Parts: sequence; C-alpha cells; structure tokens
Amino acid sequence: MTSPLNHLPSAKEVGTYDPDTLASNFSDLHPPLTHRQAMIESQRCLYCFDAPCVEACPSDIDIPSFIRQISENNINGAAETILEANILGGSCARVCPTEILCERSCVRNHDAECQPVLIGLLQRHATDHMQFDGHPFKRATSTGSHVAVVGAGPAGLSCAHRLAMLGHQVTIFEAEQKPGGLNEYGIARYKMTDDFARKEVEFLLEIGGIEIQYGQRLGANLELATLHNQYDSVFLSLGLGASRALGLTGEQAPGLMPAVDYIKVLRQTDDLGSLAVAKRCIVIGAGNTAIDMATQMARLGATEVTLVYRRGVEAMSATDHEQEIAKANGVRMVTWAQPDEILLDDQVRVTGMRFAKTHDQAGRLTPTGETFEIAADAVFTAIGQGFEGASLSDTTAAELARDGERIHVNEMFQTSLPNVYAGGDCVKPGQDLTVQAVQHGKLAAHAIHQALVAKQEAA
Amino acid sequence: MNTLTFTPPGKKDSGDSVVNGVDLSVNFAGIKAPNPFWLASAPPTDKAYNVVRAYEAGWGGVVWKTLGEEPPAVNVSSRYSAHYGKNREVIGFNNIELITDRSLEINLKEITQVKKDWPDRALIVSIMVPCNEEAWAYILPLVEATGADGIELNLGCPHGMPERGMGAAVGQNPDLIEKVTYWCKKHYSKPVIVKLTPNITDIRVGAQAALRGGADAVSLINTINSITSIDLDNMVAKPTVGHQSTHGGYCGSAVKPIAMNMVAEIARDPATPTLPISGIGGISTWRDAAEFIALGAGSVQVCTAAMLNGFRIVEEMKDGLSRWMAEKGYDSIEAFSRKAIPQTTDWKHLDINFKTIAKIDQDLCIECGRCYIACEDTSHQSIAKLTEQDGARRYEVIEEECVGCNLCQITCPVDNCITMVPQETGQPFLAWDNDPRNPFRVAS
Repeated sequence: MTSPLNHLPSAKEVGTYDPDTLASNFSDLHPPLTHRQAMIESQRCLYCFDAPCVEACPSDIDIPSFIRQISENNINGAAETILEANILGGSCARVCPTEILCERSCVRNHDAECQPVLIGLLQRHATDHMQFDGHPFKRATSTGSHVAVVGAGPAGLSCAHRLAMLGHQVTIFEAEQKPGGLNEYGIARYKMTDDFARKEVEFLLEIGGIEIQYGQRLGANLELATLHNQYDSVFLSLGLGASRALGLTGEQAPGLMPAVDYIKVLRQTDDLGSLAVAKRCIVIGAGNTAIDMATQMARLGATEVTLVYRRGVEAMSATDHEQEIAKANGVRMVTWAQPDEILLDDQVRVTGMRFAKTHDQAGRLTPTGETFEIAADAVFTAIGQGFEGASLSDTTAAELARDGERIHVNEMFQTSLPNVYAGGDCVKPGQDLTVQAVQHGKLAAHAIHQALVAKQEAA
Repeated sequence: MNTLTFTPPGKKDSGDSVVNGVDLSVNFAGIKAPNPFWLASAPPTDKAYNVVRAYEAGWGGVVWKTLGEEPPAVNVSSRYSAHYGKNREVIGFNNIELITDRSLEINLKEITQVKKDWPDRALIVSIMVPCNEEAWAYILPLVEATGADGIELNLGCPHGMPERGMGAAVGQNPDLIEKVTYWCKKHYSKPVIVKLTPNITDIRVGAQAALRGGADAVSLINTINSITSIDLDNMVAKPTVGHQSTHGGYCGSAVKPIAMNMVAEIARDPATPTLPISGIGGISTWRDAAEFIALGAGSVQVCTAAMLNGFRIVEEMKDGLSRWMAEKGYDSIEAFSRKAIPQTTDWKHLDINFKTIAKIDQDLCIECGRCYIACEDTSHQSIAKLTEQDGARRYEVIEEECVGCNLCQITCPVDNCITMVPQETGQPFLAWDNDPRNPFRVAS
C-alpha cells in the first residue's frame, strides 16, 4: 500500500506519459540478445583456463563452459551448466551487478579488447531459451529427513531446491502471499519483467519435494522453537525486512515512505497509471534501491527527482552503471548533504526537506553548519534495510548469537543453535546480493545434508 | 547543359598495370596480363556477362569455365555447401557443379567477342573432352579461332566428369596427362596450361608428365574430394539433392595450406625447375597471393573469395599487393617470385642446433591462461602459473623446459603478446644428415 501518498495524484492524473509510454518505460531495461547476437557474443569468449570470471562469480557458475555451449547452439546444455551452480540463474542474469563481478574481471575488459563479454546477457539467453522435457535435475533417493526453510526468497529457494535434489523433504514458510522474496517484491520493475520471478519459482518447484506455506511470519504466527522441534533441520533466510528510519520528527507524515514499500506496490500492480506519483520528490540513500526508486519515479512521470546522499559519489554503494541509469533518466544527484528536518505544511504533509551540508573531517562525516532546502511532494528513504525486530523474538530465536544486527553463522552456515542454519541477507557475511544469497542457500543445503547423513549413519 | 564528369579520387583505372607506382603486369608462359589476379575456371567465368563484369572490376585475367563436347553437361539443383567457422565465416567451400551447361557455339561466340573487346586482359579457355585425340583435334581449332590467349586442360574435376572418363580420371593417370597434353600441343599453337588434381599422392608426378607432354605451364590445385557436413536430422550430406548427396570438390581458404605445399613441391622439383605455375587454392587476399608467388607461382587464380564477396575484392588485392611490393622494393611480380623456395627444404636439412623459446609480454597479457593450459596439458609443461600480490595472474615461460614449439603463441588471442625468441646457443649449424645421433648419418 502506498497510503502515505494517498493525497498525491496518480501517474495517469499527472499525465506525463500516456499509457503506452508508461508501459514501455517499465519494459526490459536491457533487452535480451537475439539468437544471432548471442552467437556473435558467445564467440568473443576466449574460453579462459581457470577463468577470472568464475572466480568473480559468487555462485561459482562455470561461465566459459556455458558460453562455449551457447556458441555450439547447445542451449539446454548451457542452461544446465548455469542452473546446477545457481538455480536462480535466470533472475541473477537480470539483477546481478555483472559490471562489478564477472564482467569486470573478464579478460576482455581491457581497452584493447573493446569490452568484456556480455556474460549476464548470455546467461539470460541460455536460461530464457532452455526447453526441457521435465525438470532438468532429479531427486536422489529419499533420505526421510524433513527440513524447514523460513523465507521463500533467493536464499531459501536455493536451499530448498538443493535439499530436495539431495533427497530431503522441504517445507518453506513464507510471510508474504507469493514466493520469490526481493525478486518478486524488491527489484526494479524494468529489470525483471513478464512475471519472471513467479515463473522461475514454478520451474524451481518442478523438482518436487518442496511445499510452501504462505502467510507464515516468524515472530508473528510462527515460532522457531516449533520448527526446531518438528523438523530435522531449519534454514533461516529471513532477509532484511525493516527499512531504517531517518530518526527525524514527522517521519510518519503523509508524503514520506520507505522506498522498498513503494517498490513492492509498483512491482505488483497491474495498473501503472493508478500509482501515486510525486511530481517533485526526494530519494535519500546511495544504494541500488535508492537508484531504483529515483529512476522508477522519473519513469512514472515525476518531473523533478533528486537523490541526496550524505557522502560523495565515490562512496555510493550503487554501481557506476546504476548511477548512469539514474542520470540518463534525469535524476539529479546531490551529495554531501544529510537530512536535517522534514518540512511539513499546516496539514502536516511533507512539503520538502532541509538538509545539512556535510564534509569529511579527518575521516569523520561532519556538518558544515550550512543548510539548504529542497521542495518536494514526497520523500522516499532508502538508507538501508535492517532486521525485522519481531522475527527473532520468541524465546528460542532470541537465543541466536548475532553479529551486530544480523545472525551469526560459521563457515558451515550453522547458527549458534544446533540444527539451525541461516543464509542470505540476514547473516553477517551477506553482501546483499541475490547471487550471494543463492550461493548461501546452496552451500547451506550441502552443510545440512552432510550433517543429516552423518546423524543417520551414527544412528 | 554541361554534364559533370569526374573520376572519384582513389578510383584507379581498373585495367592499368601500374598500381601505386608498382608494375603488376605478368607474362605467364607467354600470356600477358596487367596483373597476376585471374579468375579460375568456375561458375564466375561461365559466360560473357560475368567475365565482362570481372574485367570491369579490374581482374587481370579469366579462365573461362570449362568447355566440353556437345551435348552440354546437365547440372543438378542444389550445388554448393560450406564448412563454417565461428560466426558463419566460410572456411571451406564445396561444389558438385559440372563443366559448362551452355552450348559450345554460344561459349565460343562470347569468348571471341570478349577477347576482341578486352584485348589487354588474359583470356584462357578451360577444356575437357574425352580422352581420345579426335575429340581434342575437333575442339582445339574452334577454340584457337576465338583469339583467346591460351588453354587450360581441366584434368582435375573430381565429381561427375570422372565417371565419364574425363577430369580427375585423366589427371590421376600420368600417362594420360602426358598424352592429352601432347595432343593439345599438336593441335593448338598457343600456350597450354595443365591444371592438376590434388587427389593423388605425389603432385610432382603429374607436373612431370605434363612437362613431358610439352605443357607450357601447370596450374594447381583443382578441388579436393570432400563432404563438408551432414544434416543430422535427415542423415544426408550437403548439398542435398532430393534425399541424397554426393562428394564434391573442396576449395576456399581451408585448402590454401595444401595448395601451397603442392606448388612448392613442383617449384622445388629438379625435374620441373622452370615450369611456370599458376597458383590456385584458397587465395582470398593480397597476402595469400604474395605467398603463392613467393613459392613459385607466376599468376594466381581466385574463385571462392569472389563467389563469396563479388569481383570487387580484386581492388584491395591489387592495392595491398602493390603497396607491400613498393615497401619491399620489388618492382615486378617476377622480382619476388620463388623467393621463398631456397628456404623451403626437407626436414632432414633443418638445423638441429637451432633453438627458440617463447617470451610473454606481460604488458600485453590479458591473463586468459590459454597458453598455460595448452602447454600444461598437451605440450611440455613450460609455462608457470603465478599469482601476483594483488591477485592478478601471471604466466611465465620456464625457459629451460621450453622446446620452442610455438603452441602458446598460436593459442594466445593477443597479437604479439607471445613471441618466439631465437637463442644464441654457440653451436654450429648441424643438419640431421650429419647429426651423430642419426644412425643413418652421412659421414661428413
């Protein structure tokens, strides 16, 4: 729900874009390669030995091999190479910041070599065009073990799929009404189109042995203690559900809302024209969510979008590529300024924000004393996600050792509680990347399998 | 009203033998042409329309598609197929077309007219008739009357014609080569070129037979027996005629190395030391042509490259060759013809003491690791894989292990990143003939 913006006009009423333009503004940002483009691009791959791109891939995809398979027109083979390392290879092909991962380390990413091989788009080509008779992966003989997975986001789905493949029964407990986690609710709409997140989960579930129960929220209607008792193992992939607050007066005022909440609605709507649009808006933050928010607001028809960050461009966590997307959409970037006061009208609605200019003083971010104001109909916050406090509130969950806010795990993805594992954004080593979450889920599944098999053998 | 007429800058007179200040003209076994680039006897030279377009484009000569006895040959539908490389690049080309399927009368009439209209260009007529003197005695005067500059005997066509006792059926039999050549010299007064088939074990035998028969020159190679690919859905080779296929004749860049060896074999043969050679086989660029000429060709014939790209390719061939010749100081084709022959020898004469080793230019290296894995898996384990402090890869040649095989240089994707550096060994030249390790050595 975008209720904090109920007083604002809809995209249709703002009327910057007609319905067709609006629809095309949210179609594929990077159109897929045609068959011919894929052939040409695949042949640019040098089939490196011990390839740097593989080292850079958090999910260990054998990139030179799948590209060679594409070049030989063996699309199913290519897809299987990708999916056996990363069952969500289709969404990772769309959302991975390849410019800082595989493509950055591609040996052709030198001036003399023109540009890196377009690995992400090739991966998408293989996963878009695969055609299997039935699911490509088969389940091992049943182990008789049953594992609970909390959260049907990338980490949970990846873990569940691998566990099912290894012969275990899996039940996933998902708080929302749909699976997919951020793939379904949190990715910019033009990065994943045509209901891809849902289709991908359908494909993943084809392996069998995985049941998903929806509306099951840890800390609300679900307790870790119960899961711990009823299942042979538990994998926690809770994500980071809470948006950090600014800590200023007026944070609940109409006109101010967390970017992820808006994006969630934007992702799910069938009618882009009905979405509330702030003609002038401010986005606070410097990550990819901030960029996604600012860009999408511009594409909905906002005329003045300003992204404000308290440090300099070089410290922004959004990649250069993402920043370029925002700039290309007319987003203005203001750096070295931090929120100072939410400006409200007499109806207590947001009319803008006052910022305090900042500078770096011997490594410490310090206000300079100067302030300035930006007028806006809405302010979106994208200053990071945190733990949904309630989710780890039951007595068992409260015992989990933490690393700061996040759950502490060892290198086997084990938490401090026996038989309880965790991965994805909710654990400390997380990089807040989909591909990293998939890898956590996969590796945790192997760790769980190893422990369960050892236990069975000992019994 | 005045009409503006001008020659676009850089557009040269297509028939001028002097290009970029270099004289490209040749006198090949008495046949004069403004440049050594000729079109081989094949579909592009089937009729006046194509040949005139070729001359207009600047080709120095044309070998008219093979004439035969009446009635003319009949061709099948679906005739060509290809061996592809990456990105649909045609590496090799295959055809099952026969000799001309037009009447002898029309061909002779067109040849006469074209020669009259283009007196400065070489026009050679390819001929293939049955292996008896009457057949040759009948056709040769008709060809002589056209005014064409010479004939080329098609003794190499590998498909269709051998079944009729012609083409490769003759070219594979040295006695028949000699006999047919002899009849041609007897019934035709101008130069006779014998086109040799590569579908034999020793190309020199055919060239020697042609010389014995009185040939003025040889041309080679004709196409190689081939099947380029199989349609795996229908289990039939390409080109597919109905539900069947047959082997064809292979040409295009893939055959160039085979053709060059055969040209060099004849050029090096003490039995045919001065026999003029028209080089054929995968010539697509000026560099290919220069290489054939360096191995002894006096002219070169092109077909596949023109078929894939049109006649315009000759412009760059002439331009590139002449610029290179000017740079090297060669003032004629003759000046560098056979230049590579003295250095082309038998293995046993190579210097066993010569040593070269690979050197990797670390500034050019893109760290792909191809040299490493190639050497490690399939050669002499002479490249070390190291990791720099910043995590970068570094590949270094282990000099004492390197045998100088060139494999790393070949698999490296970057130009000049890996070079082979000759080593000062301090040892004298030593051929295997004289090597003490050779049990059959020639005592020096």
